[in-house]
Amino acid sequence: MLVLLNRLLFIIFISTISFSAFSEELNKNYLKTNWSFKGIFGTFDRASLQRGYQVYQEVCAGCHSAQHLSYRNLSENGGPEFSIEEAKAIAAQFEVEDGPNSDGEMFMRPARLSDKFVKPYPNVEASTAANGGAYPPDMSVLAKARAGGADYIYSLLMGYEEPPAGFELDDGVYYNKYMPGNKIKMSAPLLEGLVDYSDGTQASVDQMSKDVTAFLVWASEPHLEAQHRMGFKVIIYLIILLTLVYMSKQKVWSRFGAKKEPEEETFDKVEKVVTEYEGEDPKTFK
Amino acid sequence: MSENKYIPKTKLAKWFDSRLPLLSLSHHLKEYPTPKNLNYWWTFGGILTFCLITQIVTGVILGMHYVAHTDHAFESIEHIMRDVNYGWLLRYVHANGASMFFLAVYIHIFRGLFYGSYKAPREVIWIIGVIIYLLMMATAFMGYVLPWGQMSFWGATVITNLFSAIPFIGEGITTWLWGGYSVDNPTLTRFYALHYLLPFLIFGLIVLHIWALHVPGNNNPIGIDVKKNSNETMPFHPYMVMKDITALLVFVIIFLWFVFFAPNALGHPDNYIEANPLVTPAHIVPEWYLLPFYAILRAIPSKLGGVIFMFAAIFVLMLLPWLDTSKVRSSVFRPIYRKFFWVLVITVILLGYLGAKPPEGIYLILARIATAYYFIHFLILLPLLGRYEKTDPLPMSISDPVLNKSGLMDKFKKAATNYEGDNVGSFK
Repeated sequence: MLVLLNRLLFIIFISTISFSAFSEELNKNYLKTNWSFKGIFGTFDRASLQRGYQVYQEVCAGCHSAQHLSYRNLSENGGPEFSIEEAKAIAAQFEVEDGPNSDGEMFMRPARLSDKFVKPYPNVEASTAANGGAYPPDMSVLAKARAGGADYIYSLLMGYEEPPAGFELDDGVYYNKYMPGNKIKMSAPLLEGLVDYSDGTQASVDQMSKDVTAFLVWASEPHLEAQHRMGFKVIIYLIILLTLVYMSKQKVWSRFGAKKEPEEETFDKVEKVVTEYEGEDPKTFK
Repeated sequence: MSENKYIPKTKLAKWFDSRLPLLSLSHHLKEYPTPKNLNYWWTFGGILTFCLITQIVTGVILGMHYVAHTDHAFESIEHIMRDVNYGWLLRYVHANGASMFFLAVYIHIFRGLFYGSYKAPREVIWIIGVIIYLLMMATAFMGYVLPWGQMSFWGATVITNLFSAIPFIGEGITTWLWGGYSVDNPTLTRFYALHYLLPFLIFGLIVLHIWALHVPGNNNPIGIDVKKNSNETMPFHPYMVMKDITALLVFVIIFLWFVFFAPNALGHPDNYIEANPLVTPAHIVPEWYLLPFYAILRAIPSKLGGVIFMFAAIFVLMLLPWLDTSKVRSSVFRPIYRKFFWVLVITVILLGYLGAKPPEGIYLILARIATAYYFIHFLILLPLLGRYEKTDPLPMSISDPVLNKSGLMDKFKKAATNYEGDNVGSFK
């Protein structure tokens, strides 16, 4: 069994090399952080997610949409877990178009929990036009849409530097150590103390980068905690089941051929083998 | 078929079975004699059936929430992931299930290659298997298009464009496939319809595959014919059923480990970017299980040539029963073929690796060598080996080799001890 498992794992390993080979090409040495959500038991740090939402809302959301998220998500289990009232208050800061009303007119109303995150621009084209021809990508699944995931986003936010001598940059293009090609149209978004954390955390660039990255990971995988919890239970359950099934299988198989061959037959066989082993003279054995 | 016939015990059973022999069928499936020496590589048939059923069940439920429209497909996937109860589970099982399906099918195919399961009288089983494999690739490819991400769109564009290489009618065929002049909404809706349809065709072919298997019975690691209903075979239930379930559970543990802890490891991050016909990804790569063929496609300098060789790489498998002329099935007794078998495995894995690399420089050279070797293996080496290879002597029955295994000396010593009493020294 173990041998088979090992072989299987080996084959998986071999076959995964071929697909990961491509992504490794782009895989620079990203800054490494101990994300709380990594690993089998990974969970989000609520306070960090709440701060991350604040950074997203105050800094990113000016240009980046997150159109697949709803305001209700902010209060759901496994996320930032704002209270319902807080989430309602957050939603109410935004205006959405609704209608038509009984007069056939469209009208604006404050957003509710059931509404999707309001987009900064009505469409991709408007967003592109307003940002110097580069579309600020939607952030709903950004952490899954980039090789390197959380490490990449965090590194990118921390990766703004002066370009090396001789590196040509056009107007409105910035140098970033971790951006593929090192050219990015987004200026360094985070500055020391840019947001005012209500929980008193020091708003360093590093802290804000971590918080907003965690928020983006949650945004792209809102059920991550449920996934990890269920996964652990399922795997344990299956291992126990496998043990029992394997033991039953051994038991069942022992039934086959359980009726012993006549002893004489066994002796004949042994003698035959002995003859082969010792040559023509079985006497020495006797 | 099964030699011990079903005899209905009750009047009702007799009445029913003479009209529709379902009871006879289930009796046959239960008593179906299997060689007792089947190893764990023989459990992948059952595992593959499990994979297909898993894909159909999760797929049908996903289909209730998915919207096949270019404006809504990507959004509906996010709806499934976020809002549908356990939608994330269904989708990750379905997406990783495709990868696991191919992992299992590759093991299944290579097992057949190693033990010569394609040889007479099992050619028809093998050919049906190759057709199933072809349909699986078509189904998986179209399924990958449905989320309407960047790789969906550009993968579809690249693959459907292949047909334009056909002289004279190519352009017409491509337009016909697309339902327009580029990959667009009509392409998406027909791919959805076909992605729903093909698994049921595969299901039908699997029934034929198993039916064809039950006529001559299983091959086995020794590769010689077994005497049915002798002490060389055991009934399918409970022996093989228990063994299959054991292997299946190991497989499912690996499968679900991916689902819960690395659900996107086997996919491409670009497919989480909504399709944009105006932005081409830096590298367009198919899913990992199609990479060997993608490497062959790009290894050939001409487009039409690439397409021909890519399809030939699959169709050559159909001719395999006649290309391999050796009368000995199992490579356990074919010392030279056995070595070439492992070279082929490495070649295919290498092709997979190269399929993920850009077709330039050393990668291109290696891909050409590997492609050439792939065809040489089937078209030249196998016929030659059949003629010139000196095979090892075959045992008289599948019970025999058991006596020649490494455990023999232990068994022998034990027997000798019983025979002589504790004084084994005198024997030595």
